[in-house]
Parts: sequence; structure tokens; C-alpha cells
Amino acid sequence: MGMGPYGPTPLRLARFARQVSLPSRLRQGHWIKTMRYLPLTETDRTAILDAIGASSVDALFTDVPSDLYLNGPIEGLPLHATEMAVEKHMRKLSKQNLAAADAAFFLGAGAYKHHVPATVDHLIQRGEFLTAYTPYQPEIAQGTLQMLFEFQTQVAKLYGCEIANASLYDGSTACWEAVAMAARVTRKKRHVLSGALHPHYAEVVRTMAKFTEDEIAGANVKLTARPDDDGLIARIDENTASVVVQYPDILGRIPDLQKIADAAHAVGAKLIVVNTEPVALGALEAPGNLGADIVVGEGQALGVGLQFGGPYLGLFAISDPKMVRQMPGRLCGETVDADGKRGFVLTLSTREQHIRREKATSNICTNSGLCALAFSIHMTLLGDKGLKGLAAENHRLACIAADRLAKVPGVTVLNDHFFNEFTLIFDADARQLVRDLAEQNILAGVSLGRLFPNDDCNGLIVAVTETTTVEDIETLASALEEKLS
Amino acid sequence: MNKPINQSGWKPGTPVASDGSEHPTVTGNKALMLEEALIFEIGGTDTCGVDLPETPTDLPSRLGDFGRKQGTGLPGLSEPETVRHYTRLSRQNYGIDLGFFPLGSCTMKHNPRLNEKVARMPGFADVHPMQPTDTVQGALGAMNELAHWLIELTGMHSVAMSPKAGAHGELCGILCIRAALEARGDARKVVLVPESAHGTNPATAAFAGYATEDIPANKDGRVDLEALKERLGPDVAAVMITNPNTCGLFERDMKAISDAVHEAGGFVYCDGANFNAIMGRVKPGDLGVDAMHINLHKTFSTPHGGGGPGSGPVVLSEALSPFGPLPFTARTDDGYIHLVEEENADEYDHTSAFGRMTAFHGQMGMFSRALTYILSHGADGLRTAAGDAVLNANYILRQLEGDFDAPFAASGPCMHEALFSDEGFAEGFSTLDLAKGLIDEGFHPMTMYFPLVVHGAMLIEPTETESKAGIDQFIMAMKSLGERVKAGDEALKSAPHHAPRARLDEAQAARKPILSWMRDEG
Amino acid sequence: MARYFTEEHEWIEVDGETAIIGITDFAQEQLGDVVFVEVPDTGAEFTKGAEAAVVESVKAASDVYAPIAGTVLEGNSALEDEPELVNTAPEAEGWFFKLTIADKGELEGLMDAKAYKAFCDEL
Repeated sequence: MGMGPYGPTPLRLARFARQVSLPSRLRQGHWIKTMRYLPLTETDRTAILDAIGASSVDALFTDVPSDLYLNGPIEGLPLHATEMAVEKHMRKLSKQNLAAADAAFFLGAGAYKHHVPATVDHLIQRGEFLTAYTPYQPEIAQGTLQMLFEFQTQVAKLYGCEIANASLYDGSTACWEAVAMAARVTRKKRHVLSGALHPHYAEVVRTMAKFTEDEIAGANVKLTARPDDDGLIARIDENTASVVVQYPDILGRIPDLQKIADAAHAVGAKLIVVNTEPVALGALEAPGNLGADIVVGEGQALGVGLQFGGPYLGLFAISDPKMVRQMPGRLCGETVDADGKRGFVLTLSTREQHIRREKATSNICTNSGLCALAFSIHMTLLGDKGLKGLAAENHRLACIAADRLAKVPGVTVLNDHFFNEFTLIFDADARQLVRDLAEQNILAGVSLGRLFPNDDCNGLIVAVTETTTVEDIETLASALEEKLS
Repeated sequence: MNKPINQSGWKPGTPVASDGSEHPTVTGNKALMLEEALIFEIGGTDTCGVDLPETPTDLPSRLGDFGRKQGTGLPGLSEPETVRHYTRLSRQNYGIDLGFFPLGSCTMKHNPRLNEKVARMPGFADVHPMQPTDTVQGALGAMNELAHWLIELTGMHSVAMSPKAGAHGELCGILCIRAALEARGDARKVVLVPESAHGTNPATAAFAGYATEDIPANKDGRVDLEALKERLGPDVAAVMITNPNTCGLFERDMKAISDAVHEAGGFVYCDGANFNAIMGRVKPGDLGVDAMHINLHKTFSTPHGGGGPGSGPVVLSEALSPFGPLPFTARTDDGYIHLVEEENADEYDHTSAFGRMTAFHGQMGMFSRALTYILSHGADGLRTAAGDAVLNANYILRQLEGDFDAPFAASGPCMHEALFSDEGFAEGFSTLDLAKGLIDEGFHPMTMYFPLVVHGAMLIEPTETESKAGIDQFIMAMKSLGERVKAGDEALKSAPHHAPRARLDEAQAARKPILSWMRDEG
Repeated sequence: MARYFTEEHEWIEVDGETAIIGITDFAQEQLGDVVFVEVPDTGAEFTKGAEAAVVESVKAASDVYAPIAGTVLEGNSALEDEPELVNTAPEAEGWFFKLTIADKGELEGLMDAKAYKAFCDEL
């Protein structure tokens, strides 16, 4: 039955190929003999061939074994198409989705829907940002570099840390990089994961640790009103390199970071705090002010948008500047130019793969530049005042939602504390309920069954942001009343 | 803020500023070349450029004792100031939209704007990764359609879509290889990598627990097949080969290399950074490749964005497919597209996955752009694009081989990039000096000092989206700069002279790192 | 006191049972501006050829190998704040570490100043 990319037999792939027949009808009209992205004319091609003394373009591929060289377009694939036709095809695909803005929307669990000011998307589409390369030529990349310096500072301030890098792929890979860094710094290999860490993050860490032979001590998530901080602390021992805790956690609860930090530090372990909702830090104390050594997170909530899971923005910051040489990822630093003017460059690059090769701190060679730009612009528009206001509004609406949903017969709110996301407990299968409500244009949340399929737990994680209206909340509450009665 | 921005150091009472330039200005601005302060210097914690909700102050709080006691200190700007700040910053950047960007092995081709328009369609941009699959059939469909193209273009068996960038894809491929070897109880320890490889190759192999050894090259700039064969043995897990290689040459023995590696029980990883040269011309699967990542931001025109986000799907051979990571999409006969994750992998006969590489499904925003680009070109257009890229590179190679040392010019036609060395430069003049001179001529420099196998390497990749007139202008500039570095023109040592900044002091930046603006807190 | 040189461009100043080790003027010139040096901790024990220190310039990172076996007496802490000493005084204040020599026999076969100069001239 699996026709997808990993389909194991050629037969399946052949059937799969035939099913993608739509684009072959894209080619229509008579004006598309030219290809709009290719500037060379036939005259140019002839002139160049004459200049280099080659008989044809095909002749330039003389090193390709002739029995393997393709003499024409690959059969079975569509030919080139007009802008109009491609747009039409893609619009059709786009319409086969229920967009968040068209639904009563309550999904979170690592990706949040926030209003992104129009300014953000306008500015990131300026060609000088959009079509620039990594700023290895600083004289003509000060725009990107100054932006990265500002971004690093914004992230450090948000997290209450000293130094942040220029971003990583996303929150989950940043989480793994933090674990790997803690192992380098402590020279220990055991890592204690909170059971309420996003299960996909935990899975990424486990996957990578298999290959580095780090030991990952996980735990099952417990559905309690407050996080099991004491249980986590009890699992820390002398061999522990790092303790990884999410704040707020996957169920929306708020762990006592200072307490966990003290326990970790007592045995020389590093506290890694993972945050998937940066807006929360407009209301909650910064992890760096509560003893965190490394703070990582997902920055998608500001500026980037949902995008079906990517590209997102990995944030990474440290409290102790002395650890900077063990930090992964690009770093931008301030310096001066030959005329004494302030300028910025990528620095400490000897940590990175293009110089250290097999001894690099990480094999990663990119950051998430354009997403960092979007985050930074959004953060600049907010400032401290805007971030606090946005956080307050998120929390206000979340409180309204929690109170209203708790009134639905058979529903209880698990959390004692939360920011803009909390967990509902009820008897019916939350996973099936989410599917059923989607048919009524209600995207009710993320079910625990979807996140923890092997843990046999039932419940619904509901996220509320400034984009949620009181009407949306009422829609969800009424639908739950109907379904659960 | 109450102080005017004054980066020239001007003081009242002096008639003009002095910044060492011929016509100094008080502001440091030079007409359209505008200086811009940091947001921490011009913004304030009370300034805000968004709507603030009228949130009552006596709110109930469910934050417990965890509320923020200290301010963030984050400065804000109003909307007009924000637009101006970032617009000014943008003008200090070079981009493909501005001019020729011949970075070898980076494939800086035109980024079509239809891609951007499509990526912002609500069905792709405004859907959550954990929505019920019934509500995201179009997004999953676009992923599946792109996957199909990548499989067909490479002649491979399957594709892992989730890796977030090229290096992440490389890691994915090597982890598949390690999982496949472990599955047959074969603990091999060595990965062979040519000296000309990207730094990510050895870094990736080391991460996956392998020792790396160099693959010898012959004097043509290609892998030395006989030497490789001699090194192969029961300890070699894989060879990592870039094809076309970073000397700009097609590895004409690729099939024989793959056969030899397979015979010795190893796997072939191909770095797909240079796939742009051969798409639609030859299929890596036909060359015996087991895994290859594809940089969507190179070959398939998604924007580089000043350093990411990238996207690095990995095509896999039949032997490696069972080990590909979760999650992935699967289409059933009824046309429905499923998301295969940890919980349902066994229903899809995929029980040997090595794990998960990222929280969600991959770079959807890049998938929609790449698919748009691919559909625009079609099978014929992609093939023509590869041909034009190779044609342009050969044009540059042949036009400049008389002016610069081209170590592999005699090895036959190059692929999509042309390689030169610094041989013949005047004493004390380097590739860096020439590159900075190119900046003054209005071009982005080529890739420098890479690959490491050539002294003072200059690797030039024009791509297919450059016009002949544009390339001719570049050739002219290169010929002029070639004469200047050979003659020892001192002005090059302090170039660039016309950029927003002169050469920056990188030693100072690294010795005393200043990585964030923390000054205002005293 | 005698000064020895290695083909890896290290110098070794021997004084009785102890040795001071650094990199040569030739080496620092090849590296360019040195921006960071990591010296070994006191008490670290090295076999001959073990990775003992790291020296970084803007664009390169190089390992410094212990030219002879021994136990580290002291790393040069001045390099932490002033890595540029390796450029300005490579064979004096820019020394890397001191160690107690484990086996003086390992000094045999190393170059003296004249031989090292000839060695560099050939490169």
C-alpha cells in the first residue's frame, strides 16, 4: 500500500509515477517556446560554442559514459510550463488544505499561530536580503551581518543569556546541539530528559545520540497538574552531563527551573532549557535568570509563520561566555574596518566544519538566516513593551478559554499553571475527536495520542494566541459539548 | 533617544567632519549610501511598532510564581523607523538581484518570484504541521509530487524529504549507510573522502562515528581509481564523492568506482552540491550512487536568504531505502496521502528507520518553491538549464585560461564551474586581493581557497541564469584584474575602495569577541 | 641550555629536567594573526606526538603536538588574553607550555637552530 518515497518495489514507483499526471496538462498555449529563466538565446549559444571550439552542448558532456547520457528530456515527466499554468496548479494544491486562518484554530505543541505584521514579509522580500549569500564577504554584506548581530542580542536578552548564535535549523535540532555541547563541556555522556519534553525533540536527540554513543535517560510523560520536577531531579546523578527540560512544557505546564538548576549544578551537570513559544518569555521569567546554562528554542512564533513545519528557526544561547568556543553554529561579531569604522564579521569560525572538518563542533554549515531576519524584524516592531503586551493578551485569552472549556461537562483542565497552552482531559478519544471536529472547520488542538502514540495517554493540548477570538473559543466549547454529551 | 546619531565624530564648531575621505559629511552618509545605527542605539523599550491590546491590568494570572520580574531590555522601533532601518541595512548587501554572483559550488542562480508567491499561498504557509492529514492533503501532495520529481531526475529508489539543509542531508545519508551496515552486523570504521571535498563531508562522517581517510586524486583532478581500489577493503563503510567534483570535472570513472565500492561491501555517498550541472543529462542512480543529498537552494532556485534556510532531501538506493528516517509521505491507490510516523511505520513496511532528524516533516516553504521552479522548467527546461550552466562555465574557462593558471584546463571540458589558481601573481599578492578588487568592479567574488587541492583556488560558477553580455563584462573585469595582480598593483592590497566598508579586522573580532550589544546595561 | 627544533615547527628549550615549548617564528608567519591559543592543564601527561595544544588564526586551526613525552608543569596563561604574543614574540613570551621531560633520549635526532633554518629554506 505504500506508494510514497520509500516504496520498496519498482512496480509501486511506476504506479506512483502515473498518478502524478496533472502537471503534464500544464503545457498549453503557443507562446512558451522560450524558457523565461534562461537568458541565453540560440545566437548566444552558437557564439559561445564557436568561441570554445565545441560542436554542441552535448559534446561538453563527453566525460559522461555515452550509454548513460540522456539524449533528451526524461520520459514521463511534464515539459516546461507558463507562469500562469504553474500558479494555477499550485493554487489548486494550496486549496486542498484547511488554512489556519479559515478555521477556529487551537494547535500549538511546538508551532504557534501568531499575527505577523505586514512589514515583516515586505522587508524580508527585499532582494538584497532574500538573494544574498552567507556573509563571507563582509564588505558587501553589512546588512545581513548587522542584522545578525542585532538578532543575537535580541535572543540573548529574551533568554536572559550572555551570548546567542546566529541561529540553527529549528528547535529540535538546536536541542540536540545543546545536548552535544553539554557533553563536550562536561566530558560526560549521560543526559536526563524531562518526560514532558516535546516527544519529537526527544526523538531527534535519541536518534543522534545513538551515533555519538551518548546515553539518553528519558521518562514517560505524567498527566499531573504540575510538572514532575522532583522525579526529574531524582534521576540526576554524578555521571549526568545535562538535564533537558522544556519551559513551558509540552502540556503547557511551567517547571521550577531554579530548583532543577540547583540540583543539576550540584553534580556538575548543565541545565538545558528548551522553549518552543518565545512569546511566553514576555510574561515568564527568562530561563537564563533561573540558572539555565544553555537555552535553546524554536523561534517560529515570531515572524516566521506555520509553514507546515518548516523552515523554522533554531535559537541557541549560553549563560557563560567562557563556553563560547564549544558553541555550534555561526556567530557574528563586532569589529572595525581599515578606516576605523564599526563593522561586523562572522567570527570564531575555526569551530566550524569548513575549517576544522572532522574536528568541528558540528557538521552544520548553515543557519536559518531569512527566518532569523523575520524574527528580528518582528521583535524590533514589538520591543519590550510590545512583547509584554502580546504576552499579556495571549495569557488573557488563554485564561478565558481554559475557564470556558472547563465548564464543558466531562472536561477538566489538567494544568495548575500555564501561559497560552494547556491540556484538557476527558474520556472520549481525543485523537478521533480532533479528526471529527476538523470536518466542522474546527482545528481543536493536538491530541496526546498523536504526540505520544506509545504511551497510551489521552488528552488534548489547546493553544490560544492573540489571533484566537472569543467566538472561536465558544465554537470549540459548543462543539465539545455536543461531541462529549 | 536624545542624542543625534553621529558616527563621523563631528563636533559643533568645526565646519566639516573628517572621515578621511575626499568629501566628508557630518552624518557619515554619502547620498544614497546611508549609514545605519543599531536598534539598541535608536530604539527604546517604550517604543513599539505594533498594535497593543487594551489588556486590563487586573488580569487573573495562571503563571504561578513564574512571572517575569526583570524586563527584557529589548528595544522597539515604530513601523516607519523599522521599515527604514531594514531598508537601509538591505542596501549594504550584495545579492543575486543586484549582479553576477559566481560563487563556485554554491549555484547562485536567479530566484524566480513566482516561487515566493506560491510559498505564501495560505494552503502552504498557513497550515500547522500537526493538523489532521485530511486537512493538509494539498501540502502533503506537493511534498509527494516534489519527491516524485527528485526520484525521477536522479534515477534513485526513494527520497527522504525531512533534512533541513545540505549538511543535514549528508548526515541523513551517512546515518542510513551506518544503519544498513549495522543491520547486517558489519561494523566498518572508515569513510573515504577526497581532499577536494566540502568540509561538511569529513565533519559528517566524524559525527557518525567514522574515521576519515583521503582518497587520492590523479593529476587530471579526478579520483585515482586504481589507488582507491587498493584502499578498499572490509573496513571501508563508504566513500563520499562529489560529482561533478569541486575541480569542476565530471568523475568519468564514477560507475567503476561505485562497482568497486559495492564489490568491497561498502556504499557510495554522492555530495549533490553540484547536481545543477547534470540534471536531465545523467542520473546518479545509473552511476551506482547509494545516497545523494540535493540542495534545493542551489539546484532548484530557492533563495539563500543571507545564509539559510536551506533544504536537503536525500535520494536513496533500494539498498538504503528501508533505513530512511521518519516521518515521510506515502500515497495509496485511492490517491490519499498518508503521513508515516513512528506509530504507523509498520503498516507501511518501514520498520528499520534509523530515527527522526527533525521535529516535523521538512522545509515545506522550500518544497513549494522548488516544485514551482521544477514545474516551470519541466523535464526539457531542466536539461537545457544544466546545458547552459556548463556552456557558460566552459566559456569562462576558455576565455580566461590564457590570463590565469587553470590547473585542469587540459582535463577536458569542465562542468558548471571553472577552477583557476594564483600561480603567476606578483610576490605578496593573493587571491583575496583579486577578489576584493572584483567587489569594486561590482561583482561578488568567486569561491576562494576552495578546493584545498589548488593553491589560492578561484572557483567560478556562472550558472545558467547569466546573460552572455553579463558574462562578457565579468571576463573583461577578470582580465583587467589578472593584469593588475601580475603587475603588483598596490591599490588592490587595500581594495575594496567603493564598498560600504573597507577590509574588516577579523583578527580583532576573534581575539576579543563582541557577540552582543550589552553596553546599555552598564 | 639548549634549544631544539622539530619538523612540525616547534621549538624546545631544555633546562635540566624541564623543557619550554612553543612554535617557531616560521610557523607563526605561516599561520597569520593568531587569535586563540588553548594550552594544556598543569599535570597533563603526554606521550611523544600527542595533541597538546591548539593554536587558531582567523582562518585556520592547528594542533600542536608534544614533541617529547612529559608532564605539564605550566601552560602560558598570558596567551589567554594576548594570543597575539605568538605573533610578536613566538620564541620568547609567546611560549605555550613547560613540561618535565620523561625521556631525554627523545631529544636525540631533533634539529638545532642551523639545521632548522636549512629545513625551512627548503620548504
